[in-house]
Amino acid sequence: MTLALAGVSRAFGGVRAVDDATFTVGDGEVHGLIGPNGAGKTTLLNLISGLLRPTAGKIELDGRRIDGLPPNRIAALGVARTYQNIRLFGGLSAVDNVVVGEHLHRHAPFWRHLLLLPSARAEERTARTEADAELARVGMRERASTRAFNLSYGEQRRVEIARALAAHPKLVLLDEPTAGMNPNEAAAVARLVRDVTKQGRAVLLIEHNVRLVMQLCDRITVLNFGKVIAKGTPTEVGKDPTVIAAYLGEGA
Amino acid sequence: MDLFLAYQSLLAFVGINGLLALSVYATLSCGQLSLANAGFMAIGAYTGALITLHAKGVPFVAVLAASALAPAIVAVPLGLPVLRLRGVFLAIATVRLAFVNWDYTNGAMGLVAIPQRTKLWTIALSLALTLFVLGRLRGSRTGYALEAIREDETAARTMGIYTTGHKMAMLVLGAAIAGLAGGLEAHFTFMVAPGTYRFERVVEWLVQAVVGGTAAFYGPVVGAAFLTVLPEVLREAGARLGLAPGPFRLFLNGAILLAVILYLPNGLVSLPARFRRRAAGLA
Repeated sequence: MTLALAGVSRAFGGVRAVDDATFTVGDGEVHGLIGPNGAGKTTLLNLISGLLRPTAGKIELDGRRIDGLPPNRIAALGVARTYQNIRLFGGLSAVDNVVVGEHLHRHAPFWRHLLLLPSARAEERTARTEADAELARVGMRERASTRAFNLSYGEQRRVEIARALAAHPKLVLLDEPTAGMNPNEAAAVARLVRDVTKQGRAVLLIEHNVRLVMQLCDRITVLNFGKVIAKGTPTEVGKDPTVIAAYLGEGA
Repeated sequence: MDLFLAYQSLLAFVGINGLLALSVYATLSCGQLSLANAGFMAIGAYTGALITLHAKGVPFVAVLAASALAPAIVAVPLGLPVLRLRGVFLAIATVRLAFVNWDYTNGAMGLVAIPQRTKLWTIALSLALTLFVLGRLRGSRTGYALEAIREDETAARTMGIYTTGHKMAMLVLGAAIAGLAGGLEAHFTFMVAPGTYRFERVVEWLVQAVVGGTAAFYGPVVGAAFLTVLPEVLREAGARLGLAPGPFRLFLNGAILLAVILYLPNGLVSLPARFRRRAAGLA
């Protein structure tokens, strides 16, 4: 899996939310996207997942251009995501949310359900078992039948991650996965992210917890006012004077 | 038996309204409100009536199939531009169809003297079949996709769900159900007239669906039965008590409706669970 962005820009009227962004994310890599609020990080995730189209530049996944494709096609090519402001299906239980996440690899067509075929029944059972397993991975097994809007903030974030992973994506985009979590929960998410990349998947994450980013990421891209101001390993980025001035501040 | 005969047409309308409430529920299940269903019903009714009147010997099953198929076909080009819009926009964009389609086939006079081919069991069977199809969605990949679209269309898309296709399928299914109901009604009431398919009727079906509860696929049928039978019960009760017909009955009808909406936001089908909870709370 390689995600490659080349000269990607997105303007909203006169404002260039993302300006000429170029970077790559490779196999098994945890790639951090950091920068001050309003730097264009979420816009960048929206461009990659197809919710927005770039006004210039191109985005390639394994050499195939994905900018301009609708979000469902991009998802089918192996990109899953979570949202900064959590977009779970509130009325559905935690486990049902994760079952929806399996949409891309559930294949029994509706007519099999209509004809009451045992294969459809079996497929439905497998889907639930898998969803339970994904919930267990994020430590949410006991809350499986709770409706999403009754879960706490941190729990919702974990279910959303489970839902994204249930799609078996090649690339997972996580938008502030540990926001609103206590340090223990955040550490658990960090372990989970590591676990995910061991299976050869890549993770691109936006995160404000600098310590976590520095520990977790293989490489980091720093955005400021839509522009990439630095990229490299955590050590390189941490020493970069422009990054310190724009984001980290002295003493970081 | 007399009792059965007396209530036969009431039962028939419970069934037909049940189908129509389900036709609204079909699109509602993926968060879309289609006000075109009165138009779809009209297309189904006219299609069925014209076949019966002009092509003698066509079996009734085939007539009903045509009643369902014709509006389903019309729904496709209608849905293509409209389904790219979201939510309530579909409602606005589809109003027009409900108005345009009635200047052919004997104009405002409509078609009369249609043989009564619809029997109570035909309606019951149609309803059962429709309920079966909608009920089977539950648990299937398609069913989950529809719920996801209803809850959050954007999130659904980024999970690989082809939302436009699913919305189209439900619009077409809703059109087919409405058309089937139209065909059944035309062959039950002997006539079709354009005035029968006012678009306000869609609002009635919507109310039936909501009062019954849209969380369960059978909710709309419960709501349709309740709201079809309620005025009759009140009429009967009013007559026994010697109350003047008219305003009071309408008032009571409205009050009961309001009570359901206020105190049972999830519809009548949520009533058993509510009782269970209350019983558990008292124990």
